[in-house]
Amino acid sequence: MAGQEQQQPQSRDSQVEDDIPEAPPAPPEAQASASTEGVDDLLDEIDGVLESNAEEFVRAFVQKGGQ
Amino acid sequence: MTGASGPAVGDALPAGGAMRVMGAETEYGIHAPSAPSANATMMSARVVQAYAQVTRQRAAGGAETRWDYTDEEPLHDARGWTVDRGSAHPSQLTDQPPVLDAESVALAYGREELELDGQDESGSLLMNMVLGNGARLYVDHAHPEYSSPEVTNPRDAVAWDAAGDMVVLAAVRRLAADPALPPVNLYKNNTDNKSVSYGSHENYLMPRSVPFGDIVRGLTPFFVSRQVVCGAGRLGLGQDSSVPGFQVSQRADFFEAEVGLETTIRRPIINTRDEPHATADKYRRLHVIIGDANLSQVSSYLKFGTTALVLSLIEAGLAPKIEVYEPVTALKTVSHDTSLTAKLRLLDGRRVTALDLQWMYHEAAAKLAQDTGVGDAVDGDGHTHDVLERWATVLTQLDNDRTAAAGSVEWLAKLSLLDGYRQRDGLEWSDARLGLVDLQWSDIRPEKGLYYRMLARGRMQRVVDDSAIAAAVAEPPEDTRAFFRGKCISSFGKDVVGASWDSVIFDVPGYGRLQRVPTREPLRGTKELTGALFERYREAGPFLGELLGHNSTPPAA
Repeated sequence: MAGQEQQQPQSRDSQVEDDIPEAPPAPPEAQASASTEGVDDLLDEIDGVLESNAEEFVRAFVQKGGQ
Repeated sequence: MTGASGPAVGDALPAGGAMRVMGAETEYGIHAPSAPSANATMMSARVVQAYAQVTRQRAAGGAETRWDYTDEEPLHDARGWTVDRGSAHPSQLTDQPPVLDAESVALAYGREELELDGQDESGSLLMNMVLGNGARLYVDHAHPEYSSPEVTNPRDAVAWDAAGDMVVLAAVRRLAADPALPPVNLYKNNTDNKSVSYGSHENYLMPRSVPFGDIVRGLTPFFVSRQVVCGAGRLGLGQDSSVPGFQVSQRADFFEAEVGLETTIRRPIINTRDEPHATADKYRRLHVIIGDANLSQVSSYLKFGTTALVLSLIEAGLAPKIEVYEPVTALKTVSHDTSLTAKLRLLDGRRVTALDLQWMYHEAAAKLAQDTGVGDAVDGDGHTHDVLERWATVLTQLDNDRTAAAGSVEWLAKLSLLDGYRQRDGLEWSDARLGLVDLQWSDIRPEKGLYYRMLARGRMQRVVDDSAIAAAVAEPPEDTRAFFRGKCISSFGKDVVGASWDSVIFDVPGYGRLQRVPTREPLRGTKELTGALFERYREAGPFLGELLGHNSTPPAA
């Protein structure tokens, strides 16, 4: 068991800095629209990775008791 | 990355702050979508087996290390008594090795399931591994569990806990690549939303001299309120989530008692299991069962860091003198109130919010850290200042800038995603798609897990970077006995036949019997004390010769 395999997550494609630096403050409207755009974009991406048939998938996730 | 930048002199860490011997345990939710009726214990064993196969590619010897149960005492109660074995719930008997050899599996599930795999060459299923990073990976009831090695500070706690997610990810990849087996998904969450919960526990070393009653009084208001910082968020209210809505914590609805020994039934806010896994007259290991499993690094960091600070307050006799009326109910009130405005009644008549409670603890912890000097930004212990700063930042954001808080507080990050779906698609809380978002948030695969998608977009703050986590998969912490355990496994794995938190057992040719090396002092067996010894020897025999030769008491232990 010497030397554990180092598994680098394959698909973490973007390197994010240790601490996300705060962006300079933007005007309120620009901020709001950028944030909405970001959310829409994010939801589009997540639509693509969500398991298909949500209802069945969630129903089938049944666990036995744990601590 | 091992962050003991503060000087750990002798056997002691700097007192009064966030440094403390601590560790995490995570039970993962397990599911094979293509084989929904597959046996959970069997699948969990396959996860352990798969990781053994992954690591065996580089290993010199056998993969399984048996757990040494000699010092396990799950029925010892910190309040001063021991539960009779006959009256204990079977799930409390965690000091017996689980029996899942080929024969018992065949009897229970039939030959077919057995032949699907899950065996090593000897015909027995792998149920336990001790890893080169000092952790334990094993089958606990019906879940794979990763127990992190002991660390000395909250930053390392985050790194070695996140390393566990990478360990089980490697196993999941291995299983997915095997066409003969159904792919297995693992989820770092705490409930199936159908009345079942499984735990993620924290462990903190404390001096035995602190009265247990002080721990209960000092911790209960803190545990009622800390979920606003480190809750992972959950869809649905009630154990079976039959009431539509969203709540702060995965675990709150499963707690039914204030103090108790159980972890699987009648779960208590303060758990009294008294297994120190160390010199018993000096230490107690506080076993915390109330936390949510965290993917958010900031929530995880503050979970360990602020709890360590509060334990320092309790040790100093300086915990805020507050008592929450009916804490089990208050715990659920806090979890069910995402506005964070609900008022809790204190026994002295005051009515305060969860944020108020957190600020009371922050104020007391900041004062103690200042008085002891450990909280100094330059000359402190290297951890306490940062924990106090981040804690204050998050509490302030929770009060006045929830968008900012959603970049670090896990339940708010999840809620922001759910709200996005609700607004875009007009979904009700009961919609199955929201249930899927809640579940898939915690999928440990970065391409499928929604937390990881948020992280990749820079929407979640980090405490440690990926390279530190990858290092923690391979290497033990340098400043605890986990260093000795991990190095024994990675250097002499083929000669190690057993291990536990406080022992490593060797079977070396030339020795007439097994050699058990006790490691009962958590701050010994460090790199500083034993690193040179590991560098001097390539073979276990001479290594043990020097370790055990000169004294009857091994120097590492």
